[in-house]
Amino acid sequence: MKPALDTRALINRENNIAQLILITILIFVAMSALNPDKFLRFYNFESITYIFPELGLLSIAMMIAMLTGGIDLSVVGIANLSGILAGSFFHAVLTRQQLSADPAIPQVLVGVAIALGTGLVAGALNGLLIARLKITPILATMGTGQLFTGLALVITGGPAIAGFPKSWAFIGNGALFRLAVPFLIFLVVAGLIAFLLSRTVFGINLMLIGTNPKAAVFAGLRTTRMIFFSYVATGVLGSLAGIILSGRTNAAKADYGTSYLLQAVLIAVLGGTNPAGGRGTVLGVSIAVLALMLLSSGFQIMRFSIHLIDFIWGAFLLLVIAINTYLNRK
Amino acid sequence: MAILQRSEAVIALILLTAMVVIGLINPAFWNLDNLFGLVKSNVVIGIMALGVLLVLLSGGIDVSFPAFAAAALYLTIKAMLATGYQGVVGPFVLATLIGLAFGAINALFVHRFKMIPLIVTLGTGSMVRGFLLGVVGTSMININMMPPALIDFAKTDLVTMTQPDGSQYGLTAMVLVYGAVALLIHLLLRYTIIGRSIYAVGGDAEAARRVGFNLRTTMLVVYCTAGALAGFAGLLHSSMIWLANPRDFVGLELDVIAAVVLGGASIFGGRGSVLGTILGVFMLVMVKNSLIIMKVDTTWQRVVVGVIVIVATAATVWRDRKRRA
Repeated sequence: MKPALDTRALINRENNIAQLILITILIFVAMSALNPDKFLRFYNFESITYIFPELGLLSIAMMIAMLTGGIDLSVVGIANLSGILAGSFFHAVLTRQQLSADPAIPQVLVGVAIALGTGLVAGALNGLLIARLKITPILATMGTGQLFTGLALVITGGPAIAGFPKSWAFIGNGALFRLAVPFLIFLVVAGLIAFLLSRTVFGINLMLIGTNPKAAVFAGLRTTRMIFFSYVATGVLGSLAGIILSGRTNAAKADYGTSYLLQAVLIAVLGGTNPAGGRGTVLGVSIAVLALMLLSSGFQIMRFSIHLIDFIWGAFLLLVIAINTYLNRK
Repeated sequence: MAILQRSEAVIALILLTAMVVIGLINPAFWNLDNLFGLVKSNVVIGIMALGVLLVLLSGGIDVSFPAFAAAALYLTIKAMLATGYQGVVGPFVLATLIGLAFGAINALFVHRFKMIPLIVTLGTGSMVRGFLLGVVGTSMININMMPPALIDFAKTDLVTMTQPDGSQYGLTAMVLVYGAVALLIHLLLRYTIIGRSIYAVGGDAEAARRVGFNLRTTMLVVYCTAGALAGFAGLLHSSMIWLANPRDFVGLELDVIAAVVLGGASIFGGRGSVLGTILGVFMLVMVKNSLIIMKVDTTWQRVVVGVIVIVATAATVWRDRKRRA
């Protein structure tokens, strides 16, 4: 690889990150100016650190799928199914009294394993369909997304599974060293994925496959295997988001967080991920998540309806696309 | 056996087999009122599917049309109530135009900004739905407020039968509307330059451009038609169920895309037909409806649709690979 090319790529990346930080600061300033007494409260930022990790994990998952030019529309389905399977397990092995009082650490550990295992199997199914059977990621994950949501519906029959053990709720609601547990989980996982993508053979291979799939095959990369593992990783991240979501809300339902799907795509794209493959960083996605969380919390403080916030998310996505095209053309 | 090489023939065969199987499980399937009901449930999804077919043929994908349909029907009926207008043609033209205008936004972003259609339509869909629910309103317009002209129009039956217990049922005339739209799209795809250019662009956009097709016109026609058909189908749906619900059609995109893919259209573009789409829609609607008469719990519907999408796409991939080899 030529060094000249390397530095240029690096500068491009820095530019993108700088741009994102700028957008974030702009949003921050605008929201603080619009709601001077409410937005800048500590409580507001504290609640953001509880709410954003699940969306952040889903966005990172989306970014990983996009690295190879794919997409994963089943992440929300995986998240819900994981929470529901763990929840059904708790309701099967614990009595009502134990659910509310007992910390039930061993059972919760099994529950975590069930949830992550669900993500693993679901991701492997996606990987099999996409890497081995060569089904387009959009359709494969649309289909499996229906399948996972459908299974969740069949298991619950519709209503939410409510009431999780205390230590499970701790994953979504607790605090360690005065920091939100979900936030800490997000930091650790994001760091791990960042390392995986930028410092390991796996990550570099994914970028190369995304940049030029044909060349990657001719260069002798095991594309099938790498793509398979990338969807497994996506599935596991989805189930982790499901654990946090069900822990935070103390419930799991087949149709929770459906609007997260669009938001995860938006955040991944906004975070500098190229949906056609080959480019994307955890740092970019993390900043984008933060930016959009500030945006929506600001609007919520101003008592905008949830629907209008959806409108703003969509408009933001299109705006970012338009601006990016304009900048790239120059 | 050349006829078996055609996707439509294969789909028709599967469809017939499925009908026989369902009929064996519950003979009530063959009752005329069940079949008429089945045809009726095809109309709205079918018209939307024809729009999605165009988008898939051009190599794109559209997940925004359910939001467009909901917006078109709700805005149109609100406008009718506000003006007190009593007619049928005017509202349908208006709903179609609303859908068309939204479709133009999709075309703009897909063509000019060269953005992946899935992401564009995710964005426009959520914008339109957000705007509709956040600004226009969330309350349903019930039968007592619905314009009677629309209800009367959609109530028209081709044939009316009387059941032994005296209740009446019929074959809705809306099936003619569906047939007319299907014929129009078929003629457009088969015999016009625009129609051929849609196949060409879906097959290879760069090659189509070099041959001299105007990609901008093609994309504009594809997405505007898809939007227009969604708008039209939206108002038709509302007239048929006597209700205008701005939350209607949520999640319908998957069913419709599944139906079109089931009908043999390729997600990579350039392959698919109106006849295949009609068969695919019929298959999906039939399977979903028949779960009930086969006494399967309705919670299984999603699972079944998901499995159908996966199997149908796997089959088309397998077909395309075999043909290339």
